[in-house]
Formats: sequence, C-alpha cells, structure tokens
Amino acid sequence: MSLIGPLLLATFLFCVGVYGLIARRNAVLVLISVELMLVSVNINLVAFQNLLFPGAEAVHGQMFALFIIAVAAAEAGVGLAIIFNLFRNRATVNVDDVDLMRW
Amino acid sequence: MLIDWLAIAPEIALTVTALLVLLADLNLRGQAKQLVAGVAAVGTVVALVFTLILWGDERSTFGGTFVVNEYAVVFKVLFLGSLLAILGISWRFFAEGRYFQGEYYFLLLTSFIGMIIMPSARDLLLLFVALETVSIPAFIMAGMRKRSLYSSEAAMKFFLIGVLSVALMLFGMSIVYGFTGTTYLPDIAASIAALGTVDPLLAAAIMLVIVGFGFKISAVPFHFWAPDTYSGSPLPVAAMLAVASKAAGFAGLLAIAFIAFEPVAELWAPVLGVIAIVTMTLGNLVALQQRDLIRLLAYSSVAQAGYMLIPFGLARSGAAQVNDAAVQAVLFYLIAYAVMNIGAFGVAIAVHRRTGMRSISDYAGLASKSPLMAMAMTTFLLSLGGAPPTVGLWAKFAIVQAALTDVTGFAILLMVFLVINSVIAFFYYLKVVKTMWMDSAPEGLPALQPGFNLSLVVFVLLVGTVLLGVLPGLVSDATSLTGLAVG
Repeated sequence: MSLIGPLLLATFLFCVGVYGLIARRNAVLVLISVELMLVSVNINLVAFQNLLFPGAEAVHGQMFALFIIAVAAAEAGVGLAIIFNLFRNRATVNVDDVDLMRW
Repeated sequence: MLIDWLAIAPEIALTVTALLVLLADLNLRGQAKQLVAGVAAVGTVVALVFTLILWGDERSTFGGTFVVNEYAVVFKVLFLGSLLAILGISWRFFAEGRYFQGEYYFLLLTSFIGMIIMPSARDLLLLFVALETVSIPAFIMAGMRKRSLYSSEAAMKFFLIGVLSVALMLFGMSIVYGFTGTTYLPDIAASIAALGTVDPLLAAAIMLVIVGFGFKISAVPFHFWAPDTYSGSPLPVAAMLAVASKAAGFAGLLAIAFIAFEPVAELWAPVLGVIAIVTMTLGNLVALQQRDLIRLLAYSSVAQAGYMLIPFGLARSGAAQVNDAAVQAVLFYLIAYAVMNIGAFGVAIAVHRRTGMRSISDYAGLASKSPLMAMAMTTFLLSLGGAPPTVGLWAKFAIVQAALTDVTGFAILLMVFLVINSVIAFFYYLKVVKTMWMDSAPEGLPALQPGFNLSLVVFVLLVGTVLLGVLPGLVSDATSLTGLAVG
C-alpha cells in the first residue's frame, strides 16, 4: 500500500481542523475541529509505523497514537466542562462573546 | 524490563500525596478540609527529600526514556520548591474563599507531577504526556471560581489555546517520527544528522514542535492568552502558571532543542533568537501601559520569557561548550525568576485578599500601612528588573556570560536588545515602587493581614532574592555542573 493515500487523508483532516478553528465561532465546534487535528496526527503515526517501519521491534507510532486517543478523551472531558460552565454563566458558547478582558 | 524505583521515587511520592489529598477531601467536612493543605505540604517535602537523595546520581530507566541526572534534579528541586511556596501563598486564599479546596490541591499536585517528569523525559511520547499532565489540571484550576465570569473566560481562552498548540505540536512530532522512525530523542538527533540535508517538510515539523512549546512559555506571538488567563484565574493559580508551568515549558523546550534537534541548531536558533527579541520588546512595551498589577506581572512574565529565550538563539550544532553555557544560563534564570516572581505574586495575593483590589493605584501608600510587604514587593520588582544587589542582576549576567562564550554578530544584537529592554522594564517596575512609597494612602484602608504562611513564604523568598544577589554561587555552582548532554 502506498503512503500517499493515508498522508493525503491526514493532511486533509488537519486542514479541515485548522479551517474550523479559524472559521467557527461556537466553542463546541472549535473543540471538534481540534479533535479532527488530533485524528489526523493518529492517522499519520499509524501510517508511518505500518508502511515505513514495518519491521521495527518497537511500535512507537502505534503506542503514540493510543496515548493521543486517551489524552484527547481527557481533554474533551475537561473542555466540555469548561464550555458548559461558561454557558451557565453567560448563556453563550460563542468565542467572540467571551471578551470581558481586553488589553 | 526492570524499573529503577529510586529514580522515579519523587514522582511516586507526589502521586501518592495527590491521591491522599483527594481521599482526605472526600472524608473531611467543613473547617477540617483545611487539613488537606498540610497533607500536600508534607508530601511535597517527602518528594523533595527523595529528589535530594538523587543528587549526584546518574540513573536511567524505562529503556533510557526517563533519565535522572544533575540537570533533572536541579529542575525538580526548582519545581518542588515552587510547589511549597505556592502551597504557602494559596492556603488562606482558598481556606477563606471556601471553594473547592480539596480539588484545588489535588489538581495542583497532579500538575506538578507532570512538571517533575518533564526534565527527565527523553522521549517525544513522555514529553507529550508530561506536558498534558501539566496542562489539563491547569485548565480546570484557571476556571476554579465557577461563578465568576472572568474565571470561566480565563479557563476558556487558556483551554482553546492550549489544545490548539498541542495539536500543532503533535502534528509536528508525527512528521518527525515519519522521518526518523523513532521517538527517542538521542536517536532522533542521530537520524537527523544522518539525513544530511534537511527536507523542508522536516524543517516545518521542527518549527511546529517548537511552536507548541512556545505557547506554553507564552512567547510572542503566542502570548495573548497569558494576561487574560492570569488576571481571570485565582491569584495562586496565576502564580503557578506564570512560574512553574512556564519553567516546565522551558524544560521541555530545552530537551527538544538541545537533544533531539541539536544537529539542526542552525535552523531553529535564529528563529528562536528573533522570537526572543520580539517577545521581550513587545512584552515590555505593552507592560508600560498596564494599570492592573496582575496584567503588568503577566506582561512582565512575557518579557522575562523573552530574556530566557536569548540563550536558545546562541545555540550552534556541534559546539558543546556554547550549548552547555546556554542551557546553564536558562536554568539559572529560571531559578532566579521563580524566586522573585512567586514573591511578587505572594504580595499581590496579600493585598488582594485584604482589599479585593488589584489595580496599581490601589497600592498607593502600601509602605505606610505595611512597610514590610512594601519592602518585599520593592525588592522583588527591582530584582525582576535586574538591579543589584538582587538575584535578577546575576540572572541577566548569566545570559551575557553565555553570549560571551563565543561572540557572534547575532549574539551582540541579542545583548543590545537585552540591555535596551532592561531599561524599559525598570520604568514600569519603578512606577509601582513609586506608587507604594510616595503616593498617600486613601482614607480608611485596612492594614494587611497576610497570615503566617504567606508571610513566611514572602520572607523566605525575600531573603533568597537578596542572598542569591550577594552569593549567586549558592545556585550557580549547582547549575554550572549540569550539562544536559548526558542522556
């Protein structure tokens, strides 16, 4: 299998994530965009592991991907709690409305 | 695989303490909940003792990905010392506020577990896990005052910026893995050196990894979360973010830059040097216009990050002497910065607790009300500026010394900006000093009652600032021993 397919997919997902981060104003959607970026990293790691270094005795790439999945879950949990708390205080999850403090 | 238990004893001690704190908080009621602060402090001292036992040792475990040497031990002592100081200044703050004490101490300890792993980590995976262990509890701590609009806004901004930076950093790490086939830092260095020419994609990946840490240390242009988060979160949390979390970012950046990407130092050193110039200049110029003391300290901490980035700009591949001098300068500056900045935040907490105010004009006449606190604040601010006879002077001197190891045109440029910025910085530090000593106090201002713990911490840090200013050898003897190279 060629490396080009998985890498294109990963790059596409990463770009969608970056776009969502810039264009979306809803905090939940911003969080989803970041998760998309993390998924693209996982695709990268697993593709490199299996297609570039198939014989290596240590499976660094796949271990890394597993850790990213676990940490991303923790991040999403904390992030949704923070967004939920913000919603209870301000009745909005729009990141543009969160502007009490300006320099 | 055998595990070297002594090497990870400080981490284990802190983990056990964190769990004990959580358990104690579950079973205690009402006023008794204040005891958890004591449990946390005792556990920290135990971890500190284990760390000091490791001094002078060379140990590595988990297949070489976790290394304990003098460099790591100095960092761990720095983190655990900061933890003790932060526990001291947060006790009254949280005991009186009566919000979520147990959770706060648990999260604080968890965050510090990540920090003390950071200087030992020699693997991208371990660095990533340590960084997230530092960050995720910090997101929650920033939003600790659940009903405060400012606190939830601070948590929101900090969280979004934090996860974005981690995502960028991970993307860079995955590409680096694709090029090198390993996540072990010394092996990455060997593979990159063997590649010969640096592929543009690899260069971009290296920049992404460095950007990820740039957010953590609040370097310009990734600094904008810092002032908002510091001023919105509870003040002890701001102190922790400004000092310990930033030091953890530097620990990670040192390992990444000087071990894994050392063969391509010509690529990242100029970039980090330029970032250092922009960071200190912008931080200082914006700090000039602040009226809120916490925001002033936040921008000052951005500028300080710029000073600490200077040694990165001096790095060159293969020049072990230059690189070691750079690492030692950063380490010495971090220690000095921790001493003076936690002290400044301690005084700010004492003032804020009593008066509920934090703008610089509220410090008017502090000297007549509580001369000792005003004296301490003056010393800390002068030290942050770099005046003799304080440790801040020697911190800047260490950077100049690193630049003099091998003088280049770029090094001279960096030094020029260091001097210009030190002068600018004095202007806003002295503005606060002038307000404290020369302006008259408003009517009916109550005297400060900082409490024993906070007074003790501020006093110890004050003595430390002056003592290290007179005898910098106490710390620099330890930092000059510590080459990072042993891996």
